[in-house]
Amino acid sequence: MCDTCGCNLTPGNKHLAFKPVAKGATAVSVLKGLLAKNDDQAAHNREHFDRRGILAINLMSSPGSGKTALLEATLTTLKNEFTCAVIEGDLETENDAERIRAKGVQAHQIVTGTACHLDAHLVHDALHHMNLDGVDLLVIENVGNLVCPASFDLGQHLNVTLLSVTEGDDKPAKYPVMFRAADAMLLTKTDLLAVLDDFDPDKAEAHLRNLANPAPVMRLSARKELGMDAWYAWLREQLAAQRARVALGQSRRPAIQSDGQKYHSTTVC
Amino acid sequence: MHELAVAQALVEQVEAVIDQHAASHDQDASSSDAWQASLIRVRIGPLAGVVPELLASAFPLAAAGSRMEHAELEFAHAPIQVRCQTCGAETEAAMNRLICGACGDWHTQVVSGDELLLESVELETSPSLTPES
Ligand SMILES: Nc1nc2c(ncn2[C@@H]2O[C@H](COP(=O)(O)OP(=O)(O)OP(=O)(O)O)[C@@H](O)[C@H]2O)c(=O)[nH]1
Ligand SMILES: [Mg+2]
Ligand SMILES: [Zn+2]
Ligand SMILES: [Zn+2]
Ligand SMILES: [Zn+2]
Ligand SMILES: [Zn+2]
Repeated sequence: MCDTCGCNLTPGNKHLAFKPVAKGATAVSVLKGLLAKNDDQAAHNREHFDRRGILAINLMSSPGSGKTALLEATLTTLKNEFTCAVIEGDLETENDAERIRAKGVQAHQIVTGTACHLDAHLVHDALHHMNLDGVDLLVIENVGNLVCPASFDLGQHLNVTLLSVTEGDDKPAKYPVMFRAADAMLLTKTDLLAVLDDFDPDKAEAHLRNLANPAPVMRLSARKELGMDAWYAWLREQLAAQRARVALGQSRRPAIQSDGQKYHSTTVC
Repeated sequence: MHELAVAQALVEQVEAVIDQHAASHDQDASSSDAWQASLIRVRIGPLAGVVPELLASAFPLAAAGSRMEHAELEFAHAPIQVRCQTCGAETEAAMNRLICGACGDWHTQVVSGDELLLESVELETSPSLTPES
C-alpha cells in the first residue's frame, strides 16, 4: 500500500490530515516526527550500548555549570570500580577531553564548530573512534547550552542536568524543555551557597516538580567533595539497573521521550 | 541555533515524500522533478524545544534550490494538555507549570504539546507544466 496518498489515515489521526486542497494539488498525510532520522540513529546507538551492556548518560547544563569538574571527581572515585569512557562535545578545543584523559580515562572530543548541540550521528561517529570493550559507563558531556541539546536524542539511557547555584534557582521554570527531560537534576557548586544568598535549593526543586518531573535532586560540590556520595550511590544503582535490563533483553529511554512515543504514536499502515 | 538543523531535517523528509509520491503516481521516474511542494504543514508543541518563528526563518535557507523552495510553511496549533495521575482530569497547562488544573497535583503526564511532527505536504506539478492563473 502507498503511504503518501492519505490511505494511512486512521480514525485517530484523520482530523489532522483533512483539509481542502487547491485544485491541481495533492495533499499527502505524513505524520512523522520531524527528527525521525536522528531518532532512528539514536535507537541504533542505544542498541550498540545495550549489546555491550553499557549505561549511557547525557550530561547537560549551561556553559560552565561544572560538567567536566563533576566528571573529573566522579572518575577519580569510580574508575577502579567501573570501566568508564567519555565523549566530550564542545564548540571548540580539545580541553575537556584532555582533562578527562589526565584522569586516566578514555575520552573522545567532538568539536562541533558551529553546532550548538550534539546529535545522534555525531555520537555514532565518535563511537567508531573509541574502544568500547568492557566499558560499563559512557558519559556524553553535551555542549554547554540549556536549549538545543534537549531536542536531540543521542541514544542515551538517562539525562542528567546540572544547575549551578550561581545561575539562579528559577532556571527550571525558564528552560522547561531541558529540565523536563532530566532523569536527575544536580545542584552544583553548593560550596558557594554561603556567599550566594539568593539561591534557594528548595525553590529550584519546586520549579522542577512544576514540570511534573519526579527526578531526584542532588546537591553537591565537586570542588569541595560535598554531597558526592548520594550521586555515586545513584550512579551505582543505575549501573546495576542497566545490567539487569540487559540481562532481560530490555532497554530504557529517557523518561519523557518514551511518554511522547506512547501518546503520539506516528505509526502509519 | 538548532532550528537550522531541524529545518534541514524537514527538507530531507519532504524530499522523501515527494520522491515517494512521484514514484507511486508516475511510472516514469525521470519525471519526478515535475512535482514540488506548495504547502508544508507541521505541528510543533511549545514543549518540543523548537521555536516556530526561528524554524520559519531557517526554512528558506535549508530549502533553497530544492523542490519546496516556494512552499508555504504552516504551523498547526498544539496547546499543552496534561493528564493527572491522581484525579484523572485532562486540563490545559502552561509550559513551566505542568500541574493538574483540577486538583493541583504535579504528578501529570503531557498528552499533547510536545509534538514535533511533519503532518502533511501538499504537492503540485511544477508551474512550467501547469498554466498560471
Ligand atoms: N566553587 C566551585 N567551582 C566549581 C565547581 N565545579 C566547577 N567549578 C568551576 O566552574 C568552572 C567551570 O567548570 P567546568 O567543569 O569546566 O564546567 P563545564 O560545565 O564543563 O563547562 P563547559 O564544558 O564549558 O560547558 C571552572 O572554573 C570550575 O573550576 C564547584 O563544585 N565549586
Ligand atoms: Mg566541560
Ligand atoms: Zn495510496
Ligand atoms: Zn553503528
Ligand atoms: Zn541552538
Ligand atoms: Zn488532578
